[in-house]
Amino acid sequence: MNSPTLDPEPIKSPKEILLVEDNPGDVYIVRSSLADSELYHNFYHVRDGEEIMAYLHQTQGYQNVPLPDLILLDLNLPKKNGFEVLREIKADPKLRIIPVIILTSSSSEQDIQRSYELYANSYIVKPSNYFAFFQAIKKLELFWLNLVQLPSQTSLNLS
Amino acid sequence: MSFLPTQQSIDILICEDNLGDVYIINNVLKNSTASYDLHHVNNGEAAMNYLQKLGDYHDASRPDLILLDLNLPKKHGFEVLQEIKTDPDLKTIPVIVLTSSKSDQDILKSYELFGSCFVTKPFGFEEFSNAMKNIEKFWLNLVQLPPKLTSNS
Repeated sequence: MNSPTLDPEPIKSPKEILLVEDNPGDVYIVRSSLADSELYHNFYHVRDGEEIMAYLHQTQGYQNVPLPDLILLDLNLPKKNGFEVLREIKADPKLRIIPVIILTSSSSEQDIQRSYELYANSYIVKPSNYFAFFQAIKKLELFWLNLVQLPSQTSLNLS
Repeated sequence: MSFLPTQQSIDILICEDNLGDVYIINNVLKNSTASYDLHHVNNGEAAMNYLQKLGDYHDASRPDLILLDLNLPKKHGFEVLQEIKTDPDLKTIPVIVLTSSKSDQDILKSYELFGSCFVTKPFGFEEFSNAMKNIEKFWLNLVQLPPKLTSNS
């Protein structure tokens, strides 16, 4: 019954990825690029800056969502912009450990500088070419889901 | 004095006391098609002296990216990370924690102190080299690092 050959890998919980993006085309690219992946993950999506804060605080219909292991954050969001969201996440003792990757069309030096000042974990400019965008998500996924040790739910519970 | 934009290479500071590990990191990055200026310090105090341009490091260039081991002599990697991320002039520099540790406590603490990411060094030359190539592909080919600061800013 407990034959080790049936279960050679330790059981890993899926990585929970939350995309904050109001552009449906960009959501499609990120979602489908990640869906091709063999890495075990769940994909969630919210459309604006207020919605992500409700999600992270598990209020307003988000009572039962898991906290994300990784957040992909657009800057130019309706209702509350990405900088405000980033500032709130990184000032919250419980949420600040979640890596936030800025994924934006802006390549302005001010936006890059400001994001790192607010402790963004990294900053990626969305390629304007469809295939290049796909490739960028693949690189992101290979690094963050395959190599990096994310703060796990276990470590969240330790805190 | 020239005000023309110049092609600047990326400065990377490697904070690592294991010279075998430095060899692997250097070997991958120097064989890259891109050119990097690699700098190495072998303890935590030297890392802070380098970053604050103290003593022998008065000519040091500000790194664009830092690879930080945790278990460093003289000053632990967590202290180095904390000092970097609370210093208004240094805090924007991405810090990749690159360590042999995979403990949940170390992972959690690194993210609490605003480490950019936590990578456990794989065992074996080939595996470590592949991990470094993965780091390069993400951080040096895809990510926008903070803009180079001009000397008078």
